[in-house]
Amino acid sequence: MNEALSKKHTKLVRILVLVAIAMFGFGYALVPIYDVLCQWKWIERDRPDDIKKVSEAAYKVNMDREITVEFITTLNESTPMEFHPEIKQLKVHPGEYHTVNFYAENKANKVMVSRAIASFSPALTSSYFEKTQCFCFSEQTFQPKEIKIMPMRFVINPDLPASYKTITLSYTFFDNTDKSVNK
Amino acid sequence: MSAAVAEHDDHHDDHDHGPAKGLLRWIITTNHKDIGTLYLLFALAMFFVGGSMAMVIRAELFEPGLQFVDPAFFNSMTTMHALVMVFGAVMPAFVGLANWQIPLMIGAADMALPRMNNMSFWMLVAGVLLLASTLFMEGGAPNGGWTLYPPLVLQPITVGKALPFAIFSVHLLGISSIMGAINIIATILNMRAPAMRLMDMPLFVWTWLITAFLLIAVMPVFAGAVTMLLTDKFFHTSFFNAAGGGDPVLYEHIFWFFGHPEVYIMILPTFGVASTIIPVFARKPLFGYASMVWATASIAFLSFIVWAHHMFTVGMPIAGELYFMYATMIIAVPTGVKVFNWTATMWKGAMTFETPMLFSIAFVVLFTMGGFTGLMMAIAPADFQYHDTYFIVAHFHYTLVPASIFILMAAGYFWLPKWTGHMYNEKIGQLHFWLSAISVNILFFPQHFLGLAGMPRRIPDYAIQFADWNMISSIGGFIFGASQLLFLYIVVDTIKGGTGEKVTDEVWEDAAKHGLEWTLPSPVPYHTWTTPPTTVPTEHVLDTH
Repeated sequence: MNEALSKKHTKLVRILVLVAIAMFGFGYALVPIYDVLCQWKWIERDRPDDIKKVSEAAYKVNMDREITVEFITTLNESTPMEFHPEIKQLKVHPGEYHTVNFYAENKANKVMVSRAIASFSPALTSSYFEKTQCFCFSEQTFQPKEIKIMPMRFVINPDLPASYKTITLSYTFFDNTDKSVNK
Repeated sequence: MSAAVAEHDDHHDDHDHGPAKGLLRWIITTNHKDIGTLYLLFALAMFFVGGSMAMVIRAELFEPGLQFVDPAFFNSMTTMHALVMVFGAVMPAFVGLANWQIPLMIGAADMALPRMNNMSFWMLVAGVLLLASTLFMEGGAPNGGWTLYPPLVLQPITVGKALPFAIFSVHLLGISSIMGAINIIATILNMRAPAMRLMDMPLFVWTWLITAFLLIAVMPVFAGAVTMLLTDKFFHTSFFNAAGGGDPVLYEHIFWFFGHPEVYIMILPTFGVASTIIPVFARKPLFGYASMVWATASIAFLSFIVWAHHMFTVGMPIAGELYFMYATMIIAVPTGVKVFNWTATMWKGAMTFETPMLFSIAFVVLFTMGGFTGLMMAIAPADFQYHDTYFIVAHFHYTLVPASIFILMAAGYFWLPKWTGHMYNEKIGQLHFWLSAISVNILFFPQHFLGLAGMPRRIPDYAIQFADWNMISSIGGFIFGASQLLFLYIVVDTIKGGTGEKVTDEVWEDAAKHGLEWTLPSPVPYHTWTTPPTTVPTEHVLDTH
């Protein structure tokens, strides 16, 4: 091949291959970028690390409003557990503290490390739903066949916009034994 | 430099006058015309494979209830139909056209990197075969949708044994298209006839240059996303696993960062071919050449910043919804510029309606309809109703079937006489057009109604109130599918001699004014432009006339 042209090709191809490799890296860079955007609230997300434990603040209880809080539990595929709330529904006033117990049982004959992940509907209510105590703050280790009654204490921030009347809180238990760093 | 190129090619000609003999020619060929032919024939074969899957889908949806296939296989069909059509049919077909036409149109002797060209093609074949092999695996082909969303695609019920094969297939297809794109960019930037400036290039070349950059920018991102799926499933990472601190929604963002430019990868070369065909049959220069180039570049740029309109319902702050809504709507501006330019090109033209022109006009009309439904879904609050219904199915099929596929057909009718030296049978061509144009609307138009009435996509069974329109849609689908056999017949017939009429070098009246390829003999010799042309047609760059 003509040498000048060949050199031009080599130079261009080198740049284009570098661009392609850089874009492969960019795909992975989107992972931390996404986390930052979530922290900046550019993307709404109720991730475990976003739902921080808050200390018990004294809110003025708004007796005029009544919010229905519903509890849903799910097991992620192949998680050998039984898991349900002791009550399915609760009517609360904003600013009022409540504790709900969840029943969890390891059905397997092995030690299991599992993690409950919360999800809110409507999603925008998640930042008004403050938890002072929850089994979802950390991984839970279950001995074989162990049964746990796990409390979750929460308050609804009275600033919750008036349009919200029902909040559904869903917990999914994931069997994290293989992936856990705490085992 | 031109003298140097000519000298080299003269030398090249000394030891290589024609194609190698026998079947091996097609395996080891580095000739852009051979590779273009391979791409186009492979794409045509995959068009029928993907089309057969669509026939299974429409047969199952002919009436409510489960008739022919079980739901998991049905979902495999929707998933594989999309993957085969996108990565096996439409994209390779345009790469095939690029291989054939770009060197002819810019006065280059071949593609810049002929051996890499051969490798891209055979990697594509390997990738598609790997994908197709999943159909015969225990647990069946992937059935979580072509978007491969976690957590569904990672769950045992959908994963089977097929997922890693599908992912490696995507890697191969990605590498193949990136190599193809690099080759196209190098050819266009380094090998144009010295007389051809960038703003003299035919629009097909322009649109492919821009498309090639899109490919290089987004295919690696998709490769990254599916690699994360792979490591999540088999190597205990937690990119998309909520329990490990990941987030499945992240996948959707990464996927659509690739996915939206991907849809323009399939439509920009379509625009290029339409801009090539319409002026020839309107017997006028293309209206607004420069604005066409800028509109193409704007659409390509905008495609990177609108991805989340595919996921309005996933949960975004109101500002995000509004941003993605308005950014998406802006795309209608450059697209509108194009539609008006095509219309203005036809305005007061001395039009004739040969098959390629019929397909191109149908493209302008029906693509515009697909564009309008796109605008409807760009409206974030309205999208909550349309999302994942048959309305979106109707929308993207209007932008792909009577747009990309119709233009690929048009390109076939337009250039086959040039490539083979034989004229196709115009009567059967017209019949193929009218059957396709009518049945494609019977097939997809009712899906708008189904979607607005709330029928979800990707389900094998449906509520009774959707029965009538589904039956009509299926009937349209069967007619459309059968009509495409006419195209297969015409392609084979034309290659074997067609009507027997010897075509002129121009093929179409005054075509030489519109493009360099029409100044070459018909059929195009195996080696062309060994000496680059000294003048290039510039009629198409006249903005005012």
